[in-house]
Amino acid sequence: MNSARVFFYGGATSFRALFGWLSPWIYIPSLLVAPVFQILLFAYIGRQTNTNSDEFYVIGNALQYTAIPCIFAMGHTIEGERWQQTLGYVLVTPAKRVPLFLGRSLPVIANGALASAFALIVGGLILGISIPASAVPSIALVIVITSAACTGLGLTIAAIGFLVRETATLNNIVFGLLLVFCGVNVRLEDLPGWMSTIAQGLPLTHGIEAARRLAGGASFSEVAGLVAAEAAIGATYALLGYGLIRALEGLSRRRGTLERA
Amino acid sequence: MRNIRLVLVGLRLQVKMLSRSSFNGILGILYPLFFATVAFFVFQAGAKDALPFAALGAAVMGIWSATSTSAGSAMQRERWHGTLELLVAAPSPFSLVMLPMTIAMSALGLYSMGATLLWGRVLFGIHVTVEHPLLFVLAVVVTVISIGLFGFLMAVSFVRYRASWALGNLFEYPVWLICGFLVTVDHFPEWVQKIAWTLAPYWGMNAIREAATGGTPLPDAGMCAALGLVYLSFGIAISDAMLNAARKRATLALT
Repeated sequence: MNSARVFFYGGATSFRALFGWLSPWIYIPSLLVAPVFQILLFAYIGRQTNTNSDEFYVIGNALQYTAIPCIFAMGHTIEGERWQQTLGYVLVTPAKRVPLFLGRSLPVIANGALASAFALIVGGLILGISIPASAVPSIALVIVITSAACTGLGLTIAAIGFLVRETATLNNIVFGLLLVFCGVNVRLEDLPGWMSTIAQGLPLTHGIEAARRLAGGASFSEVAGLVAAEAAIGATYALLGYGLIRALEGLSRRRGTLERA
Repeated sequence: MRNIRLVLVGLRLQVKMLSRSSFNGILGILYPLFFATVAFFVFQAGAKDALPFAALGAAVMGIWSATSTSAGSAMQRERWHGTLELLVAAPSPFSLVMLPMTIAMSALGLYSMGATLLWGRVLFGIHVTVEHPLLFVLAVVVTVISIGLFGFLMAVSFVRYRASWALGNLFEYPVWLICGFLVTVDHFPEWVQKIAWTLAPYWGMNAIREAATGGTPLPDAGMCAALGLVYLSFGIAISDAMLNAARKRATLALT
């Protein structure tokens, strides 16, 4: 029962705290406007080169943008607490770590899905793409699962916060790697073999492919394998992140480096 | 003479400081490389002949990328460091203190430009031939300075905006999109092309391409430089007005 309280109240409180600084003046340009321009940039590059359809770029970039809120918000967990000088207080509590950290992930997933859905709708309207109404609920589910998978990766990055002073640079690099590897703007078959192989183990790859197929008229049962793969990859990263957090928390305690500054 | 010395010393200091920042240094080079890589793959898949066009465009994207977010938050950063009041109170003109900051940011983009061209050459086999090397260098220098001046205008314009980095960040994609870096402007409606004409990076990009392909880069470089001077004039006027208002209302710290 106590773990459930930590999970829900802790998650809600941390989300409110996030919006303590993530004001509309930051939220709107960073999470609502920027992804639309990312979509337009690549859609027009696609038109310039006559490669893929607008729909390909709208779906790919809208889903890829879940990486910004999910990886940045989750990846900032440890570093953010340290910056606010509350890391010691958080880690000294007897609360179980699973609800403590996973509780924080739920609002992050919701936020990532919202940003992605907004980009998909606005980008789609600007470029005039149409998605079958019957595919909308399935695509919405894929967006949520993709957000969750990115949040899992974010938890892994959060753990690295125990080892380094700042994770902002790392978050940006991960965002860039996902952009290049995950078939966001380039079909996996157009990437070198080793890159498309790595992409199979990254979040986004299967989610984007599933959303594209759904928008192309496939039924949910036809993409269920892709959706399951996306969920499994996200769960694997979340487990890895949790394990790393426990291990590196212990290491930081032993070495007295929790407040590494 | 004193003012020139102030700008040069400031430029050297700012370049050294920015080079030591992982965010501006390492990420400044890596981040545009990710976009360049994607662009190279897309061009390779659909327009292989245009790869040199993409390489030059992606290279200049790095200069803009190094400037937009950092310049947008330049004054905010001084505010966080607690040095804004000291800079404003110094006898040197405030504009001449800010100017080297943003020009240093765009100059640092030269690392990114070089890295992108090298990346394209080594990994994608893109041969960028430069027909007029001297004019090419001139075009690059004019573009870097003008983008730095654009950054200066952004820095002083966003001074009353607490989250100025977010606004600077917001300008990254639109300028990449409409200034002809990877997409020729004839793909856009006429009103978008008119916006591009008011942006120095558009003319700088044209000048660099003209110099590389053996065309006539001087008219474009001239337009780029002229727009840079316009940004500088507006920037000085805005910074004077902003500082006067902030002094009168005691709102410099925005606390």
